[in-house]
Amino acid sequence: MTASQPKITARNVSVYYGATRAIDDVSIDVTQDEVVAFIGPSGCGKSTFLRTLNRMNDTVASARVEGQIHLDGQDIYAPDMDVVQLRARVGMVFQKPNPFPKSIYDNVAYGPRIHGLVDGRTALDDIVEGSLRRAGLWDEVKDRLTDSGTALSGGQQQRLCIARAIAVDPEVILMDEPCSALDPIATAKIEELIHELKGRYAIVIVTHNMQQAARVSQRTAFFHLGHLVEFGATSDIFTNPKAERTKDYITGRYG
Amino acid sequence: MIAPIVPTGTAGPVVHRPTDWTTMASRRHTRRRYAAERRFRLMGLAAVWLSVGFLAFLIGTMLWQGASGFVETRIALPIDVRVDVAPDRLTGRGADLALAGAGLEGEVDAAATAAYGPDGPDLLSDGAWLRVRDAVKHDPTLLQRHVVIAVPAAADIDVAEKGRGTSTAEAQVARLNAAGVVSRGLNLGFLTDADSTDSTRVGIWGAFKGSLLTLIVTLALAFPIGVFAALYLEEYAPRNRWTDLIEVSINNLAAVPSIIFGLLGLAVFLGTFHLPRSAPLVGGLTLALMTMPVIVIAGRNAIKAVPPSIRDAALAVGASPVQVVFHHVLPLALPGILTGTIIGMARALGETAPLLMIGMRAFIAAPPDRITDPATVLPVQIFLWSDEVNRGFVEKTSAAIIVLLVFLLAMNGLAIYLRNRFETRW
Repeated sequence: MTASQPKITARNVSVYYGATRAIDDVSIDVTQDEVVAFIGPSGCGKSTFLRTLNRMNDTVASARVEGQIHLDGQDIYAPDMDVVQLRARVGMVFQKPNPFPKSIYDNVAYGPRIHGLVDGRTALDDIVEGSLRRAGLWDEVKDRLTDSGTALSGGQQQRLCIARAIAVDPEVILMDEPCSALDPIATAKIEELIHELKGRYAIVIVTHNMQQAARVSQRTAFFHLGHLVEFGATSDIFTNPKAERTKDYITGRYG
Repeated sequence: MIAPIVPTGTAGPVVHRPTDWTTMASRRHTRRRYAAERRFRLMGLAAVWLSVGFLAFLIGTMLWQGASGFVETRIALPIDVRVDVAPDRLTGRGADLALAGAGLEGEVDAAATAAYGPDGPDLLSDGAWLRVRDAVKHDPTLLQRHVVIAVPAAADIDVAEKGRGTSTAEAQVARLNAAGVVSRGLNLGFLTDADSTDSTRVGIWGAFKGSLLTLIVTLALAFPIGVFAALYLEEYAPRNRWTDLIEVSINNLAAVPSIIFGLLGLAVFLGTFHLPRSAPLVGGLTLALMTMPVIVIAGRNAIKAVPPSIRDAALAVGASPVQVVFHHVLPLALPGILTGTIIGMARALGETAPLLMIGMRAFIAAPPDRITDPATVLPVQIFLWSDEVNRGFVEKTSAAIIVLLVFLLAMNGLAIYLRNRFETRW
């Protein structure tokens, strides 16, 4: 455990889809200045757990969450929690790049607009430019901000989605296998971007790619069949795993 | 050449042979496959040509039969308009009344008798004197002059002139033609007047306006209700037995025969709420009941086709459910919703049966001005005219069908335009 105050505290979290338990008694802390990777074989619940952190599971009618998840000490499943505000504070990037079929500018400006974060066109322009710069996309798109976001390449679309997420200035960014639909070069750019965003945002990334987890994260959580098997410093997980299952997974015996 | 390695052993060499594609059976199989492809393509082509042929036949027949409905036969009428009307009364609203009151109709009859004998007035349409009236209004100096005005011929003369008349009428036409007083002209009245008992005086404008008002009422009700119902069912409603029941009911509602909706309209809107009979308001309400399920079904399909990833994306930046719907889902679903709506509206435009039940088959000689005025609609007007014994109505029926088809084509054209206009390119 690092010395700084945890940003997200999850305690004894279980998630059910109907009668099926997808996540069983998971407890995790995420601090402000780190990147945490969730790894594990398909169907192990790592994406489900990620989606509980900004309550995206609310859209699944049969999903039910037990246990406690706190963001800065505030229970995000409390009845008085405003989900819209929560999602503005905890942004998310999805597996498949999903820009809106609008212009690049409108994609990034959408969040600030609906939250009323800016007054006037120039302030909005600044936010759009700043977000695109931080997402490493500004130089590629600055001359065609009115083009459709869907006209970009896959890697550019994913960076546009990251720009869209950081435009509302979140505290945490959740990334759900952000590179699984991208080629190696685009993947490298996203990983570079994660390095640059680290510190400013707490980042939780789900990945199937263990090398990626090793490259981008400080701490790694290994999930298996809905259980959190091991959670610790990334270097320990990959060089000196404590659990047998972790060892088998990272050495490629299954998964 | 490298010698193949042959495995040795008691079982002997095991050699993998590739499939032989040149055997008789294999060739026959290939031939059959080609024949099936050809057969299928020919069948498709035949189906397309058959439908194109039927469509061409329909449109061709209608144009052939109906084109003459837009043309009227006129007879030159020499007349001294000697009615006693002060010139200052020939302008403005009172002019029609002043000329009618001054006995213009009698003057026209007298002129017809003078020109074409005792049965002269019968050669002319009942509306002939209106043509003289309009001419006088247009040019008051006619009151002091002897003029020749081409006035519309009576229905049987008109029919005979177009080649489908009785023998007596044919003889009269021959006589008039010999005198050189027959001419043809565009029947503008057909596009500007309403129904009449005289086939030379009928017009389609009354029914057209009735259709327009009815459709406005239908659209104003069915579109918002249908779209909101579709949005609620797709985006908000929980999946349970009740929503399943509602879905089944809506699908069934879309399949209910239209005359049943007419009976419903009769019982509810006329019987219970005592709304005015024959009015576009009631027609529109009835057709809205019929169109709404079509819009709901088309709307739900269009909304379902919006990728869930767009909803996720919007939710993840903190859009509220209403913002997700109105900023993303609805704009993306709109082309599909509009297409479904216009298909439903086109069906409503062509509907006759339910409107018969609520009294829109009445004889209405004046175009409606409000949605509560008595009116009729295009398909009902066609139905009524097709029922007339007077042969002059045959071509009017076809002409009305042309107007209806043009209206329909315009609506479908609008649907295509709107779909292309709002369609999102991914």
